[in-house]
Amino acid sequence: MSEANNAHNVSYLEYKGQYKGLFAWIFSTDHKRIGLLYLYTMLLFFSVAAILGLLMKTQLIAPGYTIMGPQTYNSLFTLHGIIMIFIIVVPGLPAVFGNFFLPIMIGAKDVAFPKLNLLSWWFYIIGILIVLTSQFMGDGPPDTGWTFYAPYSFRTPTNVLPAVFGAFVMGFSSILTGINFVVTIHRMRAPGMTWFKMPLFPWTLYGTAWIQILATPVIGITLLLIIAERLMGIGIFDPALGGDPILYQHLFWIYSHPAVYIMILPGMGAISEIIPVFSRKTIFGYKAIVLSTMAIAFVGYFVWGHHMFTSGMSGRALYAFSFLTFLVAIPSAIKVFNWVSTMHRGSLHMQTPFYWAVSFIFVFMIGGLTGLVLGSLATNVHVHDTHFVVAHFHFIVFGGTGYAFMAALHYWFPKMFGRMYDMNWANLGWGIFFIGFNTLYLPMFYLGIMGMPRRYYDYLPDFHGGNIVSSLGAWVMVSGIVIIFANLIRSARHGEKTSDKNPWGGKTLEWQVDTPPTLENFEEIPTIVKGPYDYED
Amino acid sequence: MSEEKHHIVSYRTHAFVLLALLVLTGISVAITQLEMGPMNTLAAMIIAGIKAAIVLAWFMHLKFESRFFAFMVSAVVVVFLLVLLVTFFDYSYR
Repeated sequence: MSEANNAHNVSYLEYKGQYKGLFAWIFSTDHKRIGLLYLYTMLLFFSVAAILGLLMKTQLIAPGYTIMGPQTYNSLFTLHGIIMIFIIVVPGLPAVFGNFFLPIMIGAKDVAFPKLNLLSWWFYIIGILIVLTSQFMGDGPPDTGWTFYAPYSFRTPTNVLPAVFGAFVMGFSSILTGINFVVTIHRMRAPGMTWFKMPLFPWTLYGTAWIQILATPVIGITLLLIIAERLMGIGIFDPALGGDPILYQHLFWIYSHPAVYIMILPGMGAISEIIPVFSRKTIFGYKAIVLSTMAIAFVGYFVWGHHMFTSGMSGRALYAFSFLTFLVAIPSAIKVFNWVSTMHRGSLHMQTPFYWAVSFIFVFMIGGLTGLVLGSLATNVHVHDTHFVVAHFHFIVFGGTGYAFMAALHYWFPKMFGRMYDMNWANLGWGIFFIGFNTLYLPMFYLGIMGMPRRYYDYLPDFHGGNIVSSLGAWVMVSGIVIIFANLIRSARHGEKTSDKNPWGGKTLEWQVDTPPTLENFEEIPTIVKGPYDYED
Repeated sequence: MSEEKHHIVSYRTHAFVLLALLVLTGISVAITQLEMGPMNTLAAMIIAGIKAAIVLAWFMHLKFESRFFAFMVSAVVVVFLLVLLVTFFDYSYR
């Protein structure tokens, strides 16, 4: 190997391996390149799904037919949901930032199984392609919603099979990534990095990985049962054949509620990295955050029934699920308390990642507190399947995972690309996005409480005012997204070059390695003697 | 890793495990002929659980690994049982 192409002194972006051009990326087993492959795929599909969302909000700007009819609307919210959930937020932060930074943050040269890591990305891409075929063949795009509820999912003539099978294939990607991360964290931490000296982002990846391993097979089997029901009429979910459609809801949510924690836990981890750095202060209650992470991962398995309060479950099950739902709010609140306490009397540095982090806390709190409204049996019955639920869901998943993703991207961007973005444009993009986000989703709480159901392309004239505000908010928010993406994409190629290892003053290991990192991250594996957020010395 | 010992299971043991799995499969088929109501399902799940434990212990070498792995697998089993328990809050009282 020539000195000019040495794994220790050439950045991962410039390293010349076995393949050239596109093949040097799609066949690379380097965890950093795989992280970027996920990033580019997600940004592409996020743009598509955001446009679908914008079209839906444009339809809802006035009652009746505006730009589309009911069948198109049904297909759009289905595709919007499938893309956003299965392609964007479930793989989300672990696939992009977990792949890129987990090995570096624990002092390793790569994940435990690099080839399996690449295979995960290929499963992901193959799953996406299968889902996409559902749009262009047979009897039209699926119209079931991303939840594929029984019995409609095997009675609708639309193309449900490829969409369900694509989601099934993407599940393999999730499971393999989970296995890879668990083994990496157990076996590859640097000498001296005990469990309680590990940074919080890897901790949240660890909790998430266990959910990926244990919960994803449930949805895999459930989706296969939908296929079997549709093709062979096996009668497990179909009431006409003696099946139980509520069983489908149980099985679906046994995965899909923990999946919310797959989405949000790594986001909480990224926020836990950013806040101490921009407060120049040791994180408040490190062990409380670790324990609350694992508590959320554990209790999160047992709360799925709160999605089914009006399904016809037994009364005792309703009480049990409502109680467990209130329990899971406690560790989430502990985290918020710790983040705010970290900022208290810190030396706050008002820069773009910090803006995203504090606005994450703001919108996540709104999402969390409105979740308690939905966790209460009495109020849930009134707002079930209304726009209130849509607003709550977007405050948690978009406000939680989305804001955390953007916080992480702006935080780690200089390390990933060796270039800095334009801070003024980044701040402007954040501000417009934040205003648009709240203008879009806050009126939906009001519309839901007033009784506007979700998943309808039309509504009564009483709901017109709130929908006008909400639809205008969608256009403002998308304007912010355009500014943010344009700034980041331009900066990744033409931004000011930086080789500064530590532009933000971070203490974790990724800020001690080269910018951008070399192929093997470390010339010599470091020995860890201090905690990850030691700002006291 | 080089310091780890690899336990080799004899063909004889593997044969016994295979035999046990086949016998248990036979029992789980035979039990469907008995009219035990919901107990049929319970019996089938208990037999399946025993078979899974045998596979984990001998074929997947859990019996010869450190206690830590057994602990991790046990934790997963506990989560699974709790999920079943919570599910039956619905089915038992509907």
